[in-house]
Parts: sequence; structure tokens; C-alpha cells
Amino acid sequence: MQDFDVNHLFFWDPIAFGDSPFAINRVVILMWVASILCIAFLILGSRARRLVPKRAQYLVETGYLFVRNNIAIDVIGPKDGPKYAHYLATLFFFIFFSNLLEIVPGINFPVTSRMAIPAALAVLTWIVFNVVGIMKQGPLNYVKGIAFPPGVPKPIYVLLTPIEILSTFIVRPFTLAIRLFANMVAGHTLLAIFFLFTNDFLRENISIASPFGVVTLLISCILIVFELLVISLQAYIFTMLTASYIGEAVHGHGDEHDEATETSSTSQKTQHETEGIAA
Amino acid sequence: MVEAMVTLAQEGGGMTDTGLAAIGAGLVYGLGAIGPGIGIGLVFGSAIEAMARQPETAGQTRATMFIGFALIEALALIGFVLSFIVLGAGG
Repeated sequence: MQDFDVNHLFFWDPIAFGDSPFAINRVVILMWVASILCIAFLILGSRARRLVPKRAQYLVETGYLFVRNNIAIDVIGPKDGPKYAHYLATLFFFIFFSNLLEIVPGINFPVTSRMAIPAALAVLTWIVFNVVGIMKQGPLNYVKGIAFPPGVPKPIYVLLTPIEILSTFIVRPFTLAIRLFANMVAGHTLLAIFFLFTNDFLRENISIASPFGVVTLLISCILIVFELLVISLQAYIFTMLTASYIGEAVHGHGDEHDEATETSSTSQKTQHETEGIAA
Repeated sequence: MVEAMVTLAQEGGGMTDTGLAAIGAGLVYGLGAIGPGIGIGLVFGSAIEAMARQPETAGQTRATMFIGFALIEALALIGFVLSFIVLGAGG
């Protein structure tokens, strides 16, 4: 028992494909675990098919309808929203379950804290919204709509066009990936520091300063709850920004403001009417 | 006398790459957290004022507040990660 090194649980050589970029190490295996969790949750929840859902079916329906109504339809519009709700729900559930591994005790490693995975998701989103824009508006119209937004006096185009092109085609996927990555790295580092302090004060070096370990233990518990908020928020933000970019690619620059506010205000009005009648 | 002073001065070590990297890392996050701190304070302050003036729109205000918070927080966290990169690339 004394020769057992805890590090061997967490740091082992890749089990296949060695030094290549396709090495199967703990990051890849944890990504598979997250995917299997996600698939199992969704399949188990959608097997029941009652009209009035209970428990698992209710959770899955709530999750999917949240993405479909509050993200896809509210941001893209009622006509085109449901078409893209499939991709958005995939993004949302995958990011949520990958981030969730950060607070599962024993695993405590968010797979999205390795830049490859947020970068892959951001590249996928970039491909999706560019292809959607080209298919809906035609390639020339799409690039013209981005590079030369309407309603701007002519001389400003010299300044505006490079900024718009850079912002839409390069900065967007970059910030999408970095936002998710940096949030997860920061949360993971914070949790690791407080866990290590607790372990050191309470188990390894028991000294006069050990009661401080109780303080760090309490702070660790609070941080775990806070990380749950950050996990959900990051999944929601990634999905919502993707929906916003797809909506902009579908509608073009200028008209989407009127459409989006019209639909949301009418839905709020009917909600208030029903509440007034019920009250 | 001069040789003694030169020898004493040389033992300090002077400016090393590790030391400069440490100063740089500290500056990166320290200066980089000023803007997002002010920005998030503004966002939440405006949201609180909006929810106090018109409580019936509190739900929509809260949702928009979280979106604003996440977008601004991204800048602060990019600074945090970049400070580690600067620390590693210098020393």
C-alpha cells in the first residue's frame, strides 16, 4: 500500500497511438465518457413518450424545449428557428456534459479545458454559419452584406469594411473558443488550488495552522456550486452566440432587429393576456 | 574598494528572464482586470436599477444581464490565461 502512487491514477501514458496527435489519453477517454453520459441521458429520457411527462422525460423535454424556444426561435425567428434547433441542442448538451465533469468528484477535469475541443466546436460553428449564409443569400450577396453594411455614408466604408470582415470571419470563432476555454481553465485552477490547500492543511502537514483547512474546505464547497453556475452559463452563451450568428447569416444585417423584437413582444403580450385572465 | 563594490553588485543577479517574465505576468492580469471589473459593475448596476423601476420585466432583464456578464467576463479570463502563457514563455 505504501508504494501506491496516486499520480498513476491520473497521469498515464496514452493507451494507443502514442505520440501522434490522435493519442488516446485521459482527455480523449473523458470526452468519450461525457459523450456517453449525454447520449444515455437523452435516450433514457425520450423512451417514455407519455403525454404528461414524468421525471426523466420531463427533464429531457425541458432541456430541449429550452434550447428550441428560448434560444433558436427567440434569436433566429419562428420560421427558421426549429431547423437549426437540432445543431444548437447538440452543442448545448455536449458542452454542458463536458463541462459538468469538472465538478464530478473523482474526475474533476473539464474536457473543454484543453483548447482542441472548444476550437473544434468553434470551427464547426464557423463552417455552419458561413454555409448557411452562402446558401440563403448567395455567395456574393452574403459577403457584400457583411463587408458593406447598408445605411452607412460612403467614405466610412474605407474604415468599416476591414473591421467588419476581420470581426465576422476571424474574431468570432476565436472569441467563441477562447471564452469557453478560459472560463473552464480558470474554474479548474481555482478548484485545484483550494482542494490542494485543504489536503495540505488537513491531511499532510497537521500543524498549528490546520483549522485554516476547514475554511478552505468550506470555500471549496461554495466554489463547486459557483462552478455549476459557470458551467451552465458557458454552455448557454456558446449556444446563444451560435444562434445569433446563424440568425444574422439567415436574415442579413439590417432587418433582423424588427423581426426578432416583433416575435418576442407578441409572445410576451399573449403571456400577459393569459395571466390576466387566469388572475 | 571599487573591486569590492563591483563584486557585491554582481552577486545580485540583475535582470533575468525569469524575473522579467514574473513582472510581465503580474502586469498582464493586473491591468487586464481593471476594464472588465468596471464593465461588470456597470452591467449589474443598470440591471438592478431596471428591475427596481419595472419589476414586471425582471425575467427578461435578468436573462440579458447574464448574457452581458458572460461576454465581459471572457475578457478578464483571457487576461488570466495569457498571464500564465507570458510566465511560461519568459522563464
